Amino acid sequence: METNLEINGTRHRLDIDPRTTLLDALRHHLGLTGSKKGCDHGQCGACTVIVNGRRINSCLTLACMHDGDEVTTIEGIGQPDNLSALQAAFVQEDGFQCGYCTPGQICSATAMLEEVRNGWPSHVTDDIASGAELTDAEISERMSGNLCRCAAYPNIVEAIRKAAEKSA
Amino acid sequence: MRAFDYVRADSAEGAVRDAAGGAAFIAGGTNLIDLMKLEVMSPETLVDINRLAMNGIEDTADGGLRIGALVTNSDLANDSRVRRNWPVLSRALLAGASGQLRNKATTGGNLLQRTRCLYFYDRASACNKREPGTGCAAQEGFNRILAVLGTSEHCIATHPSDMAVAMRALGAEGRR
Repeated sequence: METNLEINGTRHRLDIDPRTTLLDALRHHLGLTGSKKGCDHGQCGACTVIVNGRRINSCLTLACMHDGDEVTTIEGIGQPDNLSALQAAFVQEDGFQCGYCTPGQICSATAMLEEVRNGWPSHVTDDIASGAELTDAEISERMSGNLCRCAAYPNIVEAIRKAAEKSA
Repeated sequence: MRAFDYVRADSAEGAVRDAAGGAAFIAGGTNLIDLMKLEVMSPETLVDINRLAMNGIEDTADGGLRIGALVTNSDLANDSRVRRNWPVLSRALLAGASGQLRNKATTGGNLLQRTRCLYFYDRASACNKREPGTGCAAQEGFNRILAVLGTSEHCIATHPSDMAVAMRALGAEGRR
C-alpha cells in the first residue's frame, strides 16, 4: 500500500504491507536504524519518534496511518558533528550506559520540553490549572514512558535539566 | 499479526458502512495494534477513522463539554476548561499510561479498550471474553487486578480505564 512520509524533512514514498508499523518502516524499509525496537508493545519507549510535533511510540502505530505526516527521528534531531542541546547534555552528563534506549529518550525529551513550554501539567503537578516548574520529579514523571535497563536515570534527569536550563 | 484489509474512512457514514462484518475501527491504535500483534484480535478489515472531524471539545449550552471521540488523551487532559472545572478528569488521564501513549490514545478508544485480564491476553488460556464458551481461567488464577464486585461465573474482567471512572463520577454521558 502506498504511503508517503516526510521524515526529517525528506519526502519518502513507500509501498508497504499495511501491517508494517511505523518503526519497522523506518528501520527496515528506510534504513533509519536510530529508532530502536525494545519491547515492541509500547511499554519501553525505545521506539519514540516525533510525529507532527508530538512524541509517540512508533511500534504501536501503522505506517499507513501516517500518510502525509511529518516524522522526526533521532537522525533528524542531530548528527555526531552537530548535536542538539539535549544530545550534547546526554554526552556531558553521561546519561546512558549501553545507549540502546538513548535515541528514544532524546526524542521523547525533545518533545517533552516542548510540552512543558506549552504549559502541559503532569501527574505530579500540584496545581494543574496553571503550568509546572521543571523539577526533577516533573522530569522523572514526564519521562516515565522511557525505560532504561541500565538504570542511568539520575544522569538522564540531570542531562534533561541542564539542557532545559540552557535553552530557557 | 494476521493480514487485514486497510480502509481509510472519509465520513462517519462511510466508516460504518466499511465496518460491516469482521472489521474493527482504528484510531490511536495503542491497544488494538498490541492485541493484533499478539493475535488476541485479528480483524479482517481495519477501518481507519483518524481523518474524521471528531477531535473537537465544545462548550454545551448547559455549561458542560462535548468531547469528540477522536480527542487524544493529551488534548483532553491539557484542555484549560477541563483542568479548571473538571480537574478529576485531567488527573485521571495524567495518572495513566505515558506521554507517548496519551498523545496517540483517543477518548473513544479509551472507553472501547479491552480488559487487561492476563487470561484474555494469553491465547493458551480459557477466556469467555476472547472466545465465548471456553470458560474463565481467571476465576482460579492470578486475579488480583480483576473484579470482586459485579462479576459472574463467566467473567471477572475489569475495564482498565481511569478516564472512564472520572467520567462516571462526573455523570458524563455517551451520545451519538
